[in-house]
Amino acid sequence: MAAASAVLQSEWTKIRTVSSTVWTLASALLVTVAMSAALCALMSSTFDDLSDLERATFDPTLISFSGMILGQLAMVVFGVLVVGTEYSSGMIRTSLAAVPQRATFLFSKIAVAGALALVVGLATSFLSFFLGQALLGEHRTSIGADNVLRAVIGGGLYMGLIALFSMGVAAMLRSSMLSLGILVPFFFLVSQILSAVPKAKEVAAYFPDQAGAKIMQVVPNAMNSEEAPYGPWGGLGIMLIWVAAALIGGYLVLKKRDA
Amino acid sequence: MIEAVGLTKRYGAKTAVYNLSFQVRPGVVTGFLGPNGSGKSTTMRMILGLDQPTAGHVTIGGHPFRQLPNAPRQVGALLDAKAVHGGRSARSHLLSLAQLAGIPAQRVDEVLGVVGLQDVAKRRSNGFSLGMGQRLGIAAALLGDPQVLLFDEPVNGLDPEGILWVRNLMKKLASEGRTVFVSSHLMSEMALTADHLIVIGRGQLLADMSVTDFISANSADFARVRTPATEPGQREKLTAALMEAGGQVMSEPDGALRVTGLPLPRISDLAHDADVRLWELSPHQASLEEAYMRLTQGAVDYRSTDDKLAHLQPPVQQPHPGQPGYGMPPQPPVVQDVPQQGWYAPPPPGQNPYTSPQQQPQPSDTPKDAR
Repeated sequence: MAAASAVLQSEWTKIRTVSSTVWTLASALLVTVAMSAALCALMSSTFDDLSDLERATFDPTLISFSGMILGQLAMVVFGVLVVGTEYSSGMIRTSLAAVPQRATFLFSKIAVAGALALVVGLATSFLSFFLGQALLGEHRTSIGADNVLRAVIGGGLYMGLIALFSMGVAAMLRSSMLSLGILVPFFFLVSQILSAVPKAKEVAAYFPDQAGAKIMQVVPNAMNSEEAPYGPWGGLGIMLIWVAAALIGGYLVLKKRDA
Repeated sequence: MIEAVGLTKRYGAKTAVYNLSFQVRPGVVTGFLGPNGSGKSTTMRMILGLDQPTAGHVTIGGHPFRQLPNAPRQVGALLDAKAVHGGRSARSHLLSLAQLAGIPAQRVDEVLGVVGLQDVAKRRSNGFSLGMGQRLGIAAALLGDPQVLLFDEPVNGLDPEGILWVRNLMKKLASEGRTVFVSSHLMSEMALTADHLIVIGRGQLLADMSVTDFISANSADFARVRTPATEPGQREKLTAALMEAGGQVMSEPDGALRVTGLPLPRISDLAHDADVRLWELSPHQASLEEAYMRLTQGAVDYRSTDDKLAHLQPPVQQPHPGQPGYGMPPQPPVVQDVPQQGWYAPPPPGQNPYTSPQQQPQPSDTPKDAR
């Protein structure tokens, strides 16, 4: 029985010796921080053009995370590639021949990659927040204000969970291309569009990204949006259920299917 | 020791492996042969616990693979040379595998030296040739110094030096008392490497015996006889004499005769009695390849056909064939040509009419073209 610590060490070696890890995580951080900063600067200069209602519900914390819409896609790519390249390269057979205990194998991999994604996610959200607030000028908030620290840490958790969800989906589909082809349009288009359509938005509110993103709001109906039927932690809970379902699904596929 | 009992694998309606039982013993190199698609790789994957058998079971040292304590230290396998993340260097790949089994990092550099990849250890493996990939796969199999080794097509893509090295490596590993199980398509290579053979066709066991037994059980030894080319009459005279004595005679493309059913001294005596001089009288021992082809001809799934290029070549004016009375001297329809395509039906094991000269061959035994 390969010890879990040995498998964790091996997965860490695997993840740090491919260049895709570096460039997906670096672009997740850079894209989010840069786009958030740009939007904060824009918002700061056009604040007077906003309607009264929007001004009343202005959420400086949420604005400083607006780059995550794009940055999360890099996290999706990271999560998919960590699991998917095992299949596309055939490495999965070498790996499973060395670790016949499939649960140990999959969850060690997910633990290592998830922890890494979480660290990068937290760095991203803190950087995004402080840079964004600096650019917002007089409209800024501070980390000590009510619920702001929760939102900033939540932003990091959100990024980590997006990566974990992608790993689960890739383990179920056993293919990088297929997973990316489904997840990227879903997070970037389908979920965003449906959440703006009157009837569909009630369902879309329970999608993993829509629900999880609520943790980053300090003002519940920020920018005059509709209030969600759950609180910020409730939203993160819904996202956690999605992630757990994806990971369990991925494990069951790995356990049942021939490699 | 690998032991399979009633191993069966179905993919939907297709049965890849059916009721396969065999043992792979330590101390010898066991070759695993079969045509394309006969279930060799599926069997290997089942041994390694990658595929779950539909029925039956396979154990290594008495344990199913998935329950082996520290599997990489007991079993080393090369399944697919390209089963490596191309963006990772050879050394990192081996290091990640070594860490799984608690093998120290020095061992990684050791095996890289053994397979001759030390100079490219830091290079990404997607730049590797097939032969370098095979060496990396063999390095991974040797990493844990295991007692049981499985190699699927290890010499694919290797240069002659590499093939020789793999051959010696297999023999060395077996002589150290390890269990070595090797699949290959290269019969000449198998004949030199393996001591024991397991042959499957269409997922079923065809043979499980030593190489020498396999050849003698599945081949026809024959004699090549050549009469002076200057005197065609002698050839017919000898053919008649040989057939009268109960031998079977076929004509080889170069004009020699292929004689089965008669021992060499008897052929010489008959020729002497018939007053025929011989330019050649040579025994022909079948090779492993011939024996293998005979055994598996019925179990080949993918067989090539002639490329007729029917619509690619300009039509040729066919001369009118054989108008009676012109240019076609009557020929004695005695000697059948040796078939150049396909193979004879294999004799049932143990009662090979070609190898035992005492037995009278029946007329129904006349070799017929299998296709």
